[in-house]
Amino acid sequence: MTIVQQVNRRRFLTATGVTAAAALAAGATQVDWDRLMSAAQENPLDPGAGVLVVVTLYGGNDGLNTVVPASDPAYRTARPELAYRPEEVLDLGEGLGLNPGLKGFKSLWDAGELAVLRGVGYPKPDHSHFRSMAIWQTASPETSVPTGWLGRWLDATGDDPLRAVSVDPVLPPLLAGERTAAASLPVGGLKLPGGALGKAFGDLGAPQPGEGFWQARAARSVTDLHRAVETLGKPAKDGQKAKGELAAQLDVVAGLIEAGVPARAYSVSLGGFDTHADERGTQQRLLTELDGALTPFAQRLAKTDRGKQATVLVYSEFGRRVTANASQGTDHGTAGPVFVLGSRVKGGFHGAEPSLTDLDDGDLKLTTDFRDVYASLVENVLGTDAGKVLPGHRGRLDGLFA
Amino acid sequence: MVVLSERAAVRRLHDRLGFGPRAGDLDRGFAETRDRLLGGGPDPGAAATPMPDPGPPPDKPGKNADQATKQQARKAVQAQATQAVGWWLDRMVAADLASVERLTWFWHGHFATGEQKVRSPRLMLAQNQTQREHALGSFTDLARAMVVDPAMLLWLDGNSNKAGKPNENLSREFMELFTLGIGHYTEDDVREAARALTGWTAKRDATGAQLVAKRHDNGVKRILGSSGDFDAESFVDLVLGRPESAPFVVGRLWSRLVSTTPPPPDTLNRLVAAYGSRRDISALLRAITGEAAFHDSGTSLVKQPVEWLAGLLRALGVRPGTLDGKTRDQLLAALRGMGQVPFQPPSVGGWAAGGAWLTTSAGVARLHAAQLVAAHADLGAVSKAQDKVAAIGELLGVDAWSDRTRTALAGVAGDARQLSTVAACAPEYVVSG
Repeated sequence: MTIVQQVNRRRFLTATGVTAAAALAAGATQVDWDRLMSAAQENPLDPGAGVLVVVTLYGGNDGLNTVVPASDPAYRTARPELAYRPEEVLDLGEGLGLNPGLKGFKSLWDAGELAVLRGVGYPKPDHSHFRSMAIWQTASPETSVPTGWLGRWLDATGDDPLRAVSVDPVLPPLLAGERTAAASLPVGGLKLPGGALGKAFGDLGAPQPGEGFWQARAARSVTDLHRAVETLGKPAKDGQKAKGELAAQLDVVAGLIEAGVPARAYSVSLGGFDTHADERGTQQRLLTELDGALTPFAQRLAKTDRGKQATVLVYSEFGRRVTANASQGTDHGTAGPVFVLGSRVKGGFHGAEPSLTDLDDGDLKLTTDFRDVYASLVENVLGTDAGKVLPGHRGRLDGLFA
Repeated sequence: MVVLSERAAVRRLHDRLGFGPRAGDLDRGFAETRDRLLGGGPDPGAAATPMPDPGPPPDKPGKNADQATKQQARKAVQAQATQAVGWWLDRMVAADLASVERLTWFWHGHFATGEQKVRSPRLMLAQNQTQREHALGSFTDLARAMVVDPAMLLWLDGNSNKAGKPNENLSREFMELFTLGIGHYTEDDVREAARALTGWTAKRDATGAQLVAKRHDNGVKRILGSSGDFDAESFVDLVLGRPESAPFVVGRLWSRLVSTTPPPPDTLNRLVAAYGSRRDISALLRAITGEAAFHDSGTSLVKQPVEWLAGLLRALGVRPGTLDGKTRDQLLAALRGMGQVPFQPPSVGGWAAGGAWLTTSAGVARLHAAQLVAAHADLGAVSKAQDKVAAIGELLGVDAWSDRTRTALAGVAGDARQLSTVAACAPEYVVSG
């Protein structure tokens, strides 16, 4: 790693933690909103165009208690208090079963719409939440880059930030490109005042020659906001309150997809997976929330032509160590399962299950490189050459799509 | 580089070492302002807003408790948490020398601890008080206090860390995020350091932490190349004695108080020297304010939502503590909408910086917050002024409006509340230039 790369990485991490968009700092090109907005209204998203929904689980979800090798004696020996018994899990075959909180996932599995990607990680794993999450979000494990993987996709394919939408108050780094970043949309919808106040506020967005960098960014954010309000203004679903934060986010996403908004990528998240102590109850509750949000979302999408084009990716920054700690929790580990679901997905297992006995200093060895997964999604869902998003990476996960 | 005028530099001192100027603050000189902000001294405003004692958190309902009981317990702890956040916001506004609150706020983001897991607002406030006591003192004392702070122990699983059964959470984050930075320790150091921190326990319904001797690992640990029977304090001293620690801590303060561009090597060396072996935070801050970069108009920072809101409330003389309950709730909801609520950091890494606050959704929340504050401000002076646009700039301590903003403000100059709302959302106020 060169000095410059080190500095970049440190700056990316210190400036952003896990939830920010450092790459906005480079935003030099003025986005041509007007042209794209009118195109969006006159020409809504092609009903055949693939849509990617990324679900980030912050905190490092314990993969072994998500896709559980319940009948493996090494599993029960490593974590006797935490382990699920074979009769407790939802059997998927091959000695694996889903966490009992994932009942809806099991029905998607039975319908052939849930792909379980096993042992997903990257070489030389890092155990820091922040660094590992940065690696997953930038898709650059060896060297540091200031852009997220979908941010590079935005950079490579045009200049309309509405092609990607984050339904979180703060933009995650994965959606930050060098020139373009995704729009962010609160669950409750965007509403601006009208009249003189609304006009004056809008006027704050005008560029001011010679203005400092951050002030210029602040002004542009006002313009971006007004353009976003035009298209995304109303809450996607009035009057119906979804259960839980993630469910509410996904409700918005489903509404936007069905409405034909020209976004091709969406980002939502669920936090709280940092389970160093008393893990079993906490994780099962979180997985139940995930299941309760994603299952109805998938079922709803399956009912419309546009919805059928959506593919969901669910990942976390790392799994946990194989052996439990003494607090009935687990410490930071490495590879874990990734879920990909949707009507277009080829359900079933992909990639080999990592061994529980052949470990790397107590950690699982990866069997699937996460960049192979991204490459496959970029090409099959977004229809873009993966070389533009993952330069130099040749691996692909074959057979994920029928 | 464009050097700030003295008045603009004084305003920047208030922005960066406080929560923005109040009326009259910009009439003092730079040296006097810096000495006042860093010198301590009596603070009637802070004294008049004593920290509340919410009492112990409600008992956790048993496993078999019914929904109503669980709901009641949740509501009770939520009410305590709201009281704690509301109080701190009020103190930020009320303090005469806001530097203590500002640095306490910085350390809260640095040693980011979240109420969601601690589930004891009283312990969060106790940690807040500890951070306040050391805010401008010695980082060594602060770090020693934080590693055995009850809220921190609950947050990073210190309670589960005992001899023979270490829990690595606190030892890892202590080195990675609080004192050394990534790349300056190994996985083995994390495991061994966890042993040094064994035995410390905290209870939600107590007020202090305890070292339980039989849970502490007295064996020899090998950490960062040194061997010894390290305990919490000697572990902190070992880590802070590493050459990487001072530049790391200096860099963290720099990135939040001066610029997201790291200091050049000669600046860093001067600041590390000022920080010194006593890890003197006040001396470091004094040195920072003397650097050319601190007086460079190019080193602007986007205000974090809490800084922006506290500054706006101060400038417009609105005290959250005197508002009715509904309005106070709306203020907290506004902070949530902008993505930042004190005592609720998104993770142990603290809050984001820079462009992350300039999202579309945060922009809407900011506008609504500005409307809310304007509705409760006394804007008589602005209404009476000849040049109303200049008057609101004066009140907010903005150095100068750009032509763009002047045009925008002219459209609402006839309505002081709308004028104040738009001015608070102007790039010249959202960014500390």
